[in-house]
Amino acid sequence: MFDLQGKSALVTGASGGIGAAIARALHARGASVALSGTKVAALEALRDDLGDRIAIVPANLGVPAEVEDLARQAEEALGKVDILVNNAGLTRDGLAMRMKDEDWDAVIAVNLTAGFRLARALMRGMMKRRWGRIVGISSVVGVTGNAGQANYAASKAGMIGMTKALAAELASRNITANCVAPGFIRTSMTEVLSDEQKARINATIPAGRLGSAEEVAAAVLYLASEEAAYVTGQTLHVNGGMAMI
Amino acid sequence: MSDIAERVKKIVVEHLGVEEAKVTENASFIDDLGADSLDTVELVMAFEEEFGVEIPDDAAEKILTVKDAIDFIKANTAA
Repeated sequence: MFDLQGKSALVTGASGGIGAAIARALHARGASVALSGTKVAALEALRDDLGDRIAIVPANLGVPAEVEDLARQAEEALGKVDILVNNAGLTRDGLAMRMKDEDWDAVIAVNLTAGFRLARALMRGMMKRRWGRIVGISSVVGVTGNAGQANYAASKAGMIGMTKALAAELASRNITANCVAPGFIRTSMTEVLSDEQKARINATIPAGRLGSAEEVAAAVLYLASEEAAYVTGQTLHVNGGMAMI
Repeated sequence: MSDIAERVKKIVVEHLGVEEAKVTENASFIDDLGADSLDTVELVMAFEEEFGVEIPDDAAEKILTVKDAIDFIKANTAA
């Protein structure tokens, strides 16, 4: 099950906790993986850890030209990209009344627009080869909303809508498009929370704990696999039951 | 020049899986040959590759028949 030998994947945001776990999971099943991110040292450390079948393609997804370059570089480095994982994302939280235009724009540009541009650039090769997987890392917040995250929630909801449109366009070519929507996941972002904050969060999660990056990566692996060929336009929620949608 | 027409027709036959006899110059990809919109995008991609030409989006939109494709390629490739 879930054999990815001979497949090539591009993972954005691979210097982060969830992105690195996704890259590891795909690589472990035999895929060649292009790691993208802004923190080159972290990408290199991950490559050193994983060994062969790894390429490093740094990019700042907030810069449109770099996004176009990234698609090209990944295809050059790996020969092709069969699996695109749009994982890169950032937050610029603030109450809507006080949210600056640049904080809105920055979040939409990286979390949503860059993912669209990468999909647009890479679907050409996927269509020719009659095989492709586009997986977007959305968020529970994209479905439930969250105070202080109008920009982030919009970007993550936008990704779900975009994914459904891509799924409808590409299904006949054996290309699927799906989202994984994590809830609260243990990463460097959540490590800084106090015990009291963590306890308060855990109380809202039926599973009673935060999720792990590996649990998100497993969902991505499934959607990237041959076995998930008949699943498209869907959002797989990985959230310990905190939102049942 | 007829070579271009033959090559275009061959691509259309292969890509859309239609009988060669149906691929007349005036055949419309969508109305006569059963192509959907994604097929037309793929055909343009295949033409670009076969003939080494770039077909901009505004030109691609006007390529509706086999003849449109042949004319565009003739006009945009070195003789």
